[in-house]
Amino acid sequence: MSAARRCRPPRALAGLFVWRLRNTGVRQIPYRFVHLYHIANDRLITFQYFNFLKRMYVTQYNKDLSQRAKPKSNSIVSPFHELQQPDQEKKVVHKISPVSPVHQSWSETSSRNELREMKSAAETEDSVIPVGAESKDRQWKEMKLRLDDLPGILARLSKIKLTALVVSTASAGFAMAPVPFELTCFLLASLGTGLASCAANSINQFFEVPFDSNMNRTKNRPLVRGQISPLLAVCFAASCGVPGIALLTLGVNPLTGALGAFNIFLYTCCYTPLKRMSIANTWVGAVVGAIPPIMGWTAATGSLDAGALLLGGILYSWQFPHFNALSWGLREDYSRGGYCMMSVTHPGLCRRVALRHCLALIGLSTVAPVLDITTWTFPIISLPINLYISYLGFRFYRDADRSSSRKLFFCSLWHLPMLLLVMFTCKKSVLEKEDKGDVPGRSHERAMEIRLP
Amino acid sequence: PPAHSHSDWIGPPDKHSNLRPVIFYAPPDESALERRLREARQEAQASNQRFWARHNRAFRQEKEEFIYSRLKAKGLEVRDESGQKATLNAEEMADFYKDFLSKNLQKHLQYNRDWYKHNFRITFLMGQVALVRALRWLRRRKKNVEQ
Repeated sequence: MSAARRCRPPRALAGLFVWRLRNTGVRQIPYRFVHLYHIANDRLITFQYFNFLKRMYVTQYNKDLSQRAKPKSNSIVSPFHELQQPDQEKKVVHKISPVSPVHQSWSETSSRNELREMKSAAETEDSVIPVGAESKDRQWKEMKLRLDDLPGILARLSKIKLTALVVSTASAGFAMAPVPFELTCFLLASLGTGLASCAANSINQFFEVPFDSNMNRTKNRPLVRGQISPLLAVCFAASCGVPGIALLTLGVNPLTGALGAFNIFLYTCCYTPLKRMSIANTWVGAVVGAIPPIMGWTAATGSLDAGALLLGGILYSWQFPHFNALSWGLREDYSRGGYCMMSVTHPGLCRRVALRHCLALIGLSTVAPVLDITTWTFPIISLPINLYISYLGFRFYRDADRSSSRKLFFCSLWHLPMLLLVMFTCKKSVLEKEDKGDVPGRSHERAMEIRLP
Repeated sequence: PPAHSHSDWIGPPDKHSNLRPVIFYAPPDESALERRLREARQEAQASNQRFWARHNRAFRQEKEEFIYSRLKAKGLEVRDESGQKATLNAEEMADFYKDFLSKNLQKHLQYNRDWYKHNFRITFLMGQVALVRALRWLRRRKKNVEQ
């Protein structure tokens, strides 16, 4: 019965993706204006490949988050739309329930009529779907690959936006490493991470076709729509993954390559199947999300330092408020789709974990200067935003309703970029470290510098 | 799809299963391997359709029953004065979602295994067919060049 443990969809990825998109806008407009994050309606990610896939988040993957960041978009909005109009949704359900006689789904016109019926019901239920897209969606399409469509299809397959987010986390890891900045290394690491991320996302979508078609957030993915064959998806994944990992291993260092390969494995072979088996997937997914910054750090320094682990830890902790808040609104889809998520099976645990990790972020921010990654101004400057997200986490814990989960989710979207930005501005410069004689942990610094190439 | 078409056609999502049906094209010179691929895809499609249509229907039905029983317990009518259907809020529905998920977990585990098997088999067959076609094309080109 309670075999269902937490499952963690690649929301993190989606979140990352959204985060990324927010990042570009955050400097210009206050985060409150969510419409600012007007992201293309592509599925982000569902959090799936948080690590590699910041692109989507949402995942999916995730792959999806991008959708979430854009309340007006229909796919992402649907969970939240539900929040606002629960009555409408229930009414729609009633409309659908009269079951029409079973028929071959491909008996042409009759099914088309019913689909039109469903379409009108779906319209109320799923809220905003641009009318043009919907009517196109209701037609029969030839399953022939057109070369000019291919880039767009591959972008959606690889959850390009989430990948971009993942690459930016990795760059943050690279930037925070206490070594002089090397451009070629940075570019190679970013490219390698991006390719690995694309590969993992594609495999994830390859595995999840029937489930994606049943969830509102993910039903417009290329494999679901038959725009690309599974064989091509696998070949694309291989042609991204192999060069990506090779690039990391040979062009950067073997440790980064190994981490990249491990992350792909963790995401595709552990997280994706685990999503449907137990709620432990959320924790696995958090690790998947935490690895890219570690990869960035190891790309720069060549070794796994405490700093890398701290950065990974910050991202790991961030995943929980982000994902748990997001999944709170998607409980129906998860329940029907058979995904084991904390928000469905262990709602109390879901909220507790989110709050716990918000507070952990404060703790981790304080540890940063102790490890000589940043100056002591970092915990002080980051305290307001960490306290704010913890406050929202507490509200979510106490109230357990849609509005608090939404607030927490949207906060997490701008919280991470801002935290990383502040961290970067408070970074302890390498030169500074050489001068300071009485900084605590000096021997640690020296040890790090000795390791520098 | 038009009768003269030489490719597969994919349709809009099915009302019950949300899956998109595919009409497969069987060329007159279909090889045994290609036929196996097409049959595997048809079988997977049928199996998926059966599972999801039944599952989604069960979900909707059980959801209706749950709402009805909860409303009854609260002493409310199914329809209020204006004739609209009364609904439960998300927190009340959460119990239903949790229950439904745990009840169907075993079913899903079995389905996952079947789906992964279908998926790998189909993709592998696709790979074989693509390889055979590529070799055939190369051989034909070689013949043309020789002539």
